[in-house]
Amino acid sequence: MAGLGNGKETKMKRYREIVGDGGSAVLAQVQEQRARVESRLARVRHVVAVASGKGGVGKSVVVANLAASLTQQGRRVGVLDGDLNGPAIARMLGVGHQTLRVERDHAAPAIGPLGIKVVSMALLLPRDDTPVIWEAPTQDDAYVWRGTMEASAAREFLADVEWGELDYLFIDLPPGAERLPHLAGLLAGRVRGAVVTIPSQVSRMIVAKAVVLARTAGIDMFGEVENMAGYVCPRCGAVGDLFPGDDAEAAATSLGLPSLGTIPFDPRIALCADRGDPFIAVYPDTAAAEAFAAVASRLDALLEACG
Amino acid sequence: MKFLCVRCDEPMAFEKAEGPEEGSLAVTFACARCGARFALLTNPWETQLVRTLGVRIGGRRVPPEPMELVRGTLVQQRDPEPAPADVRAAAPVWTAEASQRLERVPEFVRPMARQAIERYATEQGYREITVRVVDEARARYMP
Repeated sequence: MAGLGNGKETKMKRYREIVGDGGSAVLAQVQEQRARVESRLARVRHVVAVASGKGGVGKSVVVANLAASLTQQGRRVGVLDGDLNGPAIARMLGVGHQTLRVERDHAAPAIGPLGIKVVSMALLLPRDDTPVIWEAPTQDDAYVWRGTMEASAAREFLADVEWGELDYLFIDLPPGAERLPHLAGLLAGRVRGAVVTIPSQVSRMIVAKAVVLARTAGIDMFGEVENMAGYVCPRCGAVGDLFPGDDAEAAATSLGLPSLGTIPFDPRIALCADRGDPFIAVYPDTAAAEAFAAVASRLDALLEACG
Repeated sequence: MKFLCVRCDEPMAFEKAEGPEEGSLAVTFACARCGARFALLTNPWETQLVRTLGVRIGGRRVPPEPMELVRGTLVQQRDPEPAPADVRAAAPVWTAEASQRLERVPEFVRPMARQAIERYATEQGYREITVRVVDEARARYMP
């Protein structure tokens, strides 16, 4: 007995001496959430998180076209848009008009071109210009809980979407690196990571932080894609430099990653993304489409070798 | 978070949770030995933080609905895909009194509550959702 005021006070129990939490079983609820994620992804062979460090490097376009390339190579592919506040994948893969279908015990992904499965916050928002606002007793000091809410929303997408059999589930992360530790916690040992950069020192400097953070969190980072690596002349097809910089292999080596390849800049990539058509399907004979296919093949070979 | 009855040096047990009302949860705990009770009253930020974790104070009695947190919290959403005609035809009808009762449920959990009550009514074979059916469903899911 701890007692108060009886002259025989002893040290009261401490947190770790008390079993349970009085009935809420919060830890068990959190473990159950994680078990749901694990169970839902049991039929997905490779979960690949794609990060960029800085925004504007074309990560989502790369993800969309890698998904399309792998699908063309016979792989079953899904894409989860991890950028809740700036969802772009649904538009790029032509499913922006679809609505996330929620059934009794799961949510069903939208089916895009070539059979790519897509889930994005965009499938829930009423208009393209609708921002993500979470209902709350007060929006004051939203920074206190907004990050937690976004992490929980990402967890719910992973736990509740029924992807079925997939060879690849790409998670298109928002710019920055803060989502990586959360993913590692949810998908311990299941998720591998790749990064997208452009031939710019600033881009590489920032993406290096994402690589270090991901490794610290225990994510196996397996490759780097360099986007906008040269410009394809629309008249003659020659590829010229767009940014000065080291070659991609050297850049990847400096990150301690294998280079998965380079993608030249082609303005038609952006046009196709705006229309919701996979560039590699519309312009299959271009240098950029061939580059996407080569990156997809390298990624596939690397991950198949990992098992 | 755990609560200790200082007098008895015994952990206190969850008794009930009410709210949120005006952004505050009222969670009551009791000491099994001496019967002492106290209420934890959360401020709006604490309430929101608990909510964003997707856990229930007092524990979960039924599994979460798919996308429960996102759909229950996102302010502006698309209308859900219309149900197939055959499913819609079989859906139970709400009486005015039952609908008014549902209006008393906090707005952010109302869609989930509606879905849970409709599911209960369908499972029980009710074609109409009355106040009695709402009470039955409430007793089932929130005893």
